Amino acid sequence: MADAANEPGQVPGAIGPRRSFLESLEVDTRLLGMIGAFALICLVFQIWTGGLLEGRFLTPRNVFNLTIQTVSVAIMATGMVFVIVTRHIDLSVGALLATCSAVMAMVQTQWVPDLLGLPLGHWAIAPLAILSGLVAGALIGAFNGWLIGYLLIPSFIVTLGGLFVWRNVAWLITDGQTIGPLDETFRTLGGIGGTLGEGASWAVGLALTAGALWALLSARRAKVAHGFPVKPLWAEAAVGLLTALGILGFVAILTAYEIPARVLERDAARAGTVLPEGFTAAYGLPLSVLLLIVVAVGMTVIARKTRLGRYIFATGGNPDAAELSGVDTRLLTVKVFALMGALCALSAVVASARLTNHTNDIGTLDELRVIAAAVIGGTALAGGFGTIYGAILGAVIMQSLQSGMAMVGVDAPLQNMVVGAVLVVAVAIDIAYRRPEVRREVLRFFGFVVAPCLALAFLVSPAFIALIIPAGLIVGLVFYRRGGA
Amino acid sequence: MTVDRTGTPLVEMRNVSLSFGGVKAVDDVSVDLFPGEVVGLLGHNGAGKSTLIKILSGAYAADAGEIHVNGERARIENPRDARRYNIETIYQTLALADNLDAASNLFLGRELTTRLGFVDDARMEAETRAIMGRLNPNFRKFSDPVSALSGGQRQSVAIARAVYFDARILIMDEPTAALGPQETAMVAELIGELKKDGIGIFLISHDIHDVMDLCDRVSVMKNGKLVGTEDVGDVTDDDILGMIILGKKPERAAA
Repeated sequence: MADAANEPGQVPGAIGPRRSFLESLEVDTRLLGMIGAFALICLVFQIWTGGLLEGRFLTPRNVFNLTIQTVSVAIMATGMVFVIVTRHIDLSVGALLATCSAVMAMVQTQWVPDLLGLPLGHWAIAPLAILSGLVAGALIGAFNGWLIGYLLIPSFIVTLGGLFVWRNVAWLITDGQTIGPLDETFRTLGGIGGTLGEGASWAVGLALTAGALWALLSARRAKVAHGFPVKPLWAEAAVGLLTALGILGFVAILTAYEIPARVLERDAARAGTVLPEGFTAAYGLPLSVLLLIVVAVGMTVIARKTRLGRYIFATGGNPDAAELSGVDTRLLTVKVFALMGALCALSAVVASARLTNHTNDIGTLDELRVIAAAVIGGTALAGGFGTIYGAILGAVIMQSLQSGMAMVGVDAPLQNMVVGAVLVVAVAIDIAYRRPEVRREVLRFFGFVVAPCLALAFLVSPAFIALIIPAGLIVGLVFYRRGGA
Repeated sequence: MTVDRTGTPLVEMRNVSLSFGGVKAVDDVSVDLFPGEVVGLLGHNGAGKSTLIKILSGAYAADAGEIHVNGERARIENPRDARRYNIETIYQTLALADNLDAASNLFLGRELTTRLGFVDDARMEAETRAIMGRLNPNFRKFSDPVSALSGGQRQSVAIARAVYFDARILIMDEPTAALGPQETAMVAELIGELKKDGIGIFLISHDIHDVMDLCDRVSVMKNGKLVGTEDVGDVTDDDILGMIILGKKPERAAA
């Protein structure tokens, strides 16, 4: 099988011998660029917080916290990819999250106990709450989509209006009060309150690895079966190995975060047992992260393997072509926004469970973080291009920047200024390599705007900003070179 | 190369009209098309030829008039209806999604799926390779987005799409407008092949030479009205120019 596969040339359309190492791997170079930038951010903060080995940034504890902080925005960012790919925008996701969160909080603390008579703590409360949140989110999203698709109101306007409306619907539902404490089962989806422990985490990690390898293998098989050229076996193996290492390494870090002894003692005391001498336990994979993984896989499958996904990308690439090919682009808009709404509800579960309460300001400004994550992750606002993993990585990059800066004591206003600047600079680099005709202008922008800003930032908060961004730029430039071509 | 016009026409548009806000874009126009025939539609910009053809392809719905396919009344209200009658359109603007590869474009709206309902990219690519091997053997860029293709390559993807799905009636809107001489020759050759298979083609064009070379008959439109339909063999370039510019039917020497 491998021999036949390694012989291009018999197939019409086969390409000749491949050239470079990266080309053989056939990995998305844009993805490599983002991973490189992310690695660099981690490295800089690690050194800064105490040195390569002593630093606090890459400790299991901080990685764990970073991960659970990212989930809510990352889940919505996957939906935002579809919205932006179809040439729309959704400014209402933070407000929608608040409404869904308010509905779910009211369902579990008041409506279900009062109307259905289920006692607080009943097992059915969490599922009912989540279901009602999902329905609310999907319906509101579908309504937005209908206004956009059928009444042809620009999505910017519909969702800008929606931002005002739904943020205040949430307020109205809860009278502006903080609602809580939320149901105990519900709270396990928030992060640290619900983790898989060591054994189950490794089981999930192995299952994911097996799944990823199977996907690689079956894609290769399908190509071989039709006699298409495939990449050399060693390249396939390298990609598989890196994927497996990534997944298992992540699980290893999370399972290395041990539950503090006093927490174990407290839990044991509550259960009326005594801890054995020298007993330790690890947090492992949080349920919220598992949820994000499921969402990521599901959304990737939709994007790549279903007609819905194909039509989303076709419509983004050329709406007229999609329409003429018989795609119902209006209904498609409704579907995309309904999906976005449902994902907002899932994010609302994670966000409110993490806070253990519904608060009136939950999800404020999330729309901007979500859009920024999708865009940093390579989603083109012009439509037609974007990946789910890119958006998630974008969310991770933003969260690491923010929490890294907080760890080293950068002032809050400066933190937000850096995140904002990184968004613009990332897109500038992207454009420089997509559109050669503006490359010179972008370089000028770096010379006359970005560089002086860096110098200024250096004066305000020494050592820091001058380190990360230029280094990130260099990595970005190197890798984006081929990615954008 | 004469076309047999004794049988039932493949398609007949009878007394079709369509107005946009008081402007009659198409005004009581009747045209027909027989198997293996190429009918050229000529006229200035805004003469109504594109609108007429969009009615046939389902992009617009006519205000009045009838369409008959193989002698039977056909209801065409959207592009899907048109496809059901095996009417395929190759648009002037090349209706391809630039960000997708050739196979995705070829099967857009009619994806092949696996038993589980997922799109079967491998099978679609295999089919695409097979048909492109027949139509355009030099085609290589199967995994690139079509934005990376030349005008002729894009045109061949569009034509492959029509041919693959058994088009009986093909509408070509300015098929050679964006092409160089060599690629134009390739399209001409392709049209010859399609004719042999008994496919009827409506060819919209600005270019009289195109029409004289490729078509069997020409229908000329002006200001939304049909000036007339003539056999290419019976008229000269000047006659057709007269029809286009002055809206005047050529005088018959002896009839």
